[in-house]
Amino acid sequence: MTLGLIILILIAGGVLAWALGRVNEVLARAVSLLAIFVDLILTISLLAGGEFRISGGGAFVDQLKMPWIPQLGISLHFGADGLSLLLLLLTMLLGIVSVLVSWREITERVGFFHFNLLLVLAGIAGVFTALDLFLFYFFWELMLIPMYFLIAVWGHEKRVYASIKFFIFTQAGGLLMLLSILGLFYLHGQDTGVYTFDYFSLVGTRMPYAVSFWLMLGFLAGFLVKVPAVPVHSWLPDAHTEAPTAGSVVLAGLLLKTGAYGLIRFVVPFFPDASAAFAPVGMALGVAGIIYGAVLAFGQTDMKRLIANSSISHMGFVILGIYAWNTLALQGAVIQMLCHGISTGMLFVIAGALQDRLHTREMARMGGLWDAAPALSGVALFFAMASLGLPGLGNFVAEFLVLMGTFRSDMVYSVLASTGFVLSTIYSLSFVSRVFHGRRPEGLALADLSPREGAVSLVMIALILWIGLYPQPILRVSGAALKEIELGAAGRQMAETAVPLLPEASNGAR
Amino acid sequence: MMGLLWLVPLLPFIGFIILALFGKRISNRGAAAVGCASVGLSAVISMLIAADFISFNPDGRAYSQVLWTWLQVGGFRPQIGLYLDSLSLIMVLVVSFVAFFIHLYSAAYMRGDDGYSRFFAYMNLFVGSMLTLVLADNLLLLYLGWEGVGLCSYLLIGFWYRDPANIRAAVKAFIITRVGDTSMAIGLFFLFLNLGSLNIQQLLGLASRSWPIGSGMAVAGAALLLGGALGKSAQLPLQTWLPDAMAGPTPVSALIHAATMVTAGVYLIARTHVLFELAPQVQAAVAVIGAVTLLVSAASALTQVDIKRVLAYSTISQIGYMFLALGVGAWSGAIFHFMTHAFFKALLFLAAGVIITAMGGEHDIFKMGGLRKTLPLAFWAFLAGAASLAAIPFITAGFYSKDLILWSVFSSTKGGVWLWLTGLAGAFLTALYIFRVFFVVFFGQMKAIPLRKRETLFIIPLVVLAVFSVIAGFVDLPGWMGAERFTGFISTSLPLTQTLPVGGGAEFMVDLLGAVVPLIGLLFAYLIYIRKPAFAANVVRNQAGRALNRFWLAGWGFDAAYDILLVRPFDRLSRMLRGDAIDLVYSGIAWLNRLVHLLLSGTETGRLRWYVLVLGFGGAILIGIAVLL
Repeated sequence: MTLGLIILILIAGGVLAWALGRVNEVLARAVSLLAIFVDLILTISLLAGGEFRISGGGAFVDQLKMPWIPQLGISLHFGADGLSLLLLLLTMLLGIVSVLVSWREITERVGFFHFNLLLVLAGIAGVFTALDLFLFYFFWELMLIPMYFLIAVWGHEKRVYASIKFFIFTQAGGLLMLLSILGLFYLHGQDTGVYTFDYFSLVGTRMPYAVSFWLMLGFLAGFLVKVPAVPVHSWLPDAHTEAPTAGSVVLAGLLLKTGAYGLIRFVVPFFPDASAAFAPVGMALGVAGIIYGAVLAFGQTDMKRLIANSSISHMGFVILGIYAWNTLALQGAVIQMLCHGISTGMLFVIAGALQDRLHTREMARMGGLWDAAPALSGVALFFAMASLGLPGLGNFVAEFLVLMGTFRSDMVYSVLASTGFVLSTIYSLSFVSRVFHGRRPEGLALADLSPREGAVSLVMIALILWIGLYPQPILRVSGAALKEIELGAAGRQMAETAVPLLPEASNGAR
Repeated sequence: MMGLLWLVPLLPFIGFIILALFGKRISNRGAAAVGCASVGLSAVISMLIAADFISFNPDGRAYSQVLWTWLQVGGFRPQIGLYLDSLSLIMVLVVSFVAFFIHLYSAAYMRGDDGYSRFFAYMNLFVGSMLTLVLADNLLLLYLGWEGVGLCSYLLIGFWYRDPANIRAAVKAFIITRVGDTSMAIGLFFLFLNLGSLNIQQLLGLASRSWPIGSGMAVAGAALLLGGALGKSAQLPLQTWLPDAMAGPTPVSALIHAATMVTAGVYLIARTHVLFELAPQVQAAVAVIGAVTLLVSAASALTQVDIKRVLAYSTISQIGYMFLALGVGAWSGAIFHFMTHAFFKALLFLAAGVIITAMGGEHDIFKMGGLRKTLPLAFWAFLAGAASLAAIPFITAGFYSKDLILWSVFSSTKGGVWLWLTGLAGAFLTALYIFRVFFVVFFGQMKAIPLRKRETLFIIPLVVLAVFSVIAGFVDLPGWMGAERFTGFISTSLPLTQTLPVGGGAEFMVDLLGAVVPLIGLLFAYLIYIRKPAFAANVVRNQAGRALNRFWLAGWGFDAAYDILLVRPFDRLSRMLRGDAIDLVYSGIAWLNRLVHLLLSGTETGRLRWYVLVLGFGGAILIGIAVLL
């Protein structure tokens, strides 16, 4: 019930904000903030009440199932396991951040802005909790259109180009995914006589290997564009750079995660054999992303583009972790999703704050900002360190687990990906030195963090430190969900398969 | 008392948090108080713990304290746990003790700097990380401290961030050490997945049980860790960052880039000595790398004109001695030299700081001179440090530790005459280069009038460290002079050196040479720089001499080589890719679409005659096809 409520509150809050925005802008902001905050509380209550243990099919808490279009086997089926809930928590956290950072930045069509923002969040929340593929696709599209508006209306100089590019890339991927969903629907119907979009029914669909491979590719088209994987990443730097700050935060922090979530939730469980065969390619895509994104990031002169490209690199770790497919790597991938959401989200907040104050994103025109804004610079330094994977911070736990898990699956990919440690150092330090160190250009003045920005930063710093020093509560929550998915997928693998999904199952006790 | 161990690393972290959050609001005096007090308390507690450890624990049994389980995934279960044995105890004592006095010194040295509280914040963060590094009971926590000190090193080298040169040096240090750290991280994956634990004691036990000596596994594991040690300890080929690191304030150079952080690699190898003993090939590599490094950088030290760069190359060279000791299995020699080096090198830097301050920021030794009379404190302190560094026999600490290393290298089963001769040559060069600085700076013509400042906070650290630079060696006298107390103490955690039987005559010769060679170096320095000042100038006037001088001054061309081979290609690559080559494909598709659109829309002219014509042609072609087929 609560999950439905969470999404409903977001949509209702968005509509209300739009209506109120015509009367009073502050009221629109306040309503949005309140709606997300209530959702945050609801999510936390679900997390606190849930028992996250492995229990055949019961890892999902708070399932809600109502018929929607029964003729086609479509139902409003929501449910969340540990993985969903953690991502939902991240959604609400970054949602609050987005509203707060837009407080001064967005001054035009405030109501409509918040309507779009909350609708994107609703779409994302729906994607993370839908257990019906039709419903999933509905939310998948729902996040796309308001996001398009966020970029196209409130974006920067090249917003039209960026928004259309974003739309075409994700839409093309999404349509291929829709084809695969329909294919799965028919295959399952022909096989069993029951035509349904329900996740739990479709998950065991039997099909010839070749068919499963093609269907998997359809899903991959949708998900890998979103993550994004090289070479379908090039919408990302434009979209992130041109979007308003809140848009960048939502894009980097949340939208990218839906792709990774899809890989874990749908691709591997639906197509365990095809995924096992695809794993080497998947890992290669991850490594390519890590290295290519980092090299691109270093070459940028635009601050937001640098951060955007670093996202490609960080999300490479997620892809790598998923395709390494063992407990260590998967847990690492999930932590990476959370920590990248926070740290890169915050870097975009910093970049937005700087652009707002300096009216430029060109790093060549900055420098020596530490003098003028020490608190802002300190926060930026912290998140740059998170981004380069400094131990003690959450991102390190994530990347370390991913690499260690990958090492178990394939040593070569792990070693190649480890160069990410060096490459991320290079671009992160170049960001810090170009913007905050060095000599300040004549006449460049800026205000330090406002109390609102300071408070947001402190909370996020505390979160990253917490995940870095005691991630156990999170690992416990995601652990049960991941184990369930892992075991399920392994169980559905055909006996004669050449590539076992769980390589470590054979060497037991470790 | 042992129960308080967790406070030792925690207190400096608390100092850091206070300074980071409230640094802007507290006065400079307050900031210095917080900075010094946190480290001082930590030093006091570690001394109490040491007293406890020594008096109530005669067999040196290790004490461990688990604070909490860091994370638990599958079988991976690293803890936030501390491990205290005689090795980590020595490290903790030296680190906290030296750090405290350098903090005191900094309180005066940094006075008037607008980043005063930021400085102490970074310094406290450093001390906390360093203590975590040496106390960690598992490699992952050690790695946390390891990266933490790397971060602080970066922040403090670039402390005066307005000068781009400082920032370049800071970034360079971070990136080069990160290359080593990455190798170490891969080593961690490797060790965990093959042994199933990262807890150091468990891991070493498992390794010695499951890997035979010389096995590929042990070699790989040890080599990967060695990569990390080379970066952090500035050994060949990852040494190039340390001379540039001198861009940081002098107390930073004293604490981080001389006494403590750069010896982390030595500690790592000593801590995991079992692995290196299982991999004799790697251990031999450690010895050779140490030997080559100590010679190469001693030669560079000889040509530098910047007083801090002399000391930097000297640090690389002295750590080379420690690596040489580790490589021949002289574990206690390495740690002993770490300890005496921490005292005398910190002292030398602090004395250099006094000189630099007095000369108004001048670093060039040839613009100094005759400072003996005007800066007596710096003179005596530098003399004590230089004598100890040069290993002037019997009266200095450096003599005992270096003598132990040279003797071990000569007599160890893993040593050899060549390695010993390298060490001996290094001893000659060491005395030569440090007394070169000493004579040039304190004797001869006065070239500029120094500004004298009386600073109590300068006097205490200098005197204390000078005393330790002299007496710290007496804890371990050579066998024939008395007791090997230090070796005995450290032997509860590190094995004794395996030695070959050496005849009494040979032993006497080795000891004699070890004592005489530094004196010869001192004599040469005296002759060249006091008696015949024209000699050095003549050497440089000579073609070959000048080339060699330039080559050594530039650190044997490593920087230039890395610049050409790595830095510039990477820079060019990323510049080339700035616009993202892959995106060109998509732009191409978009462009093609627009082209086709233009072509097709061009046909839509609105002229009926044209339409009819095209229609006719089209019809004719279609009919033609139909007929032909």
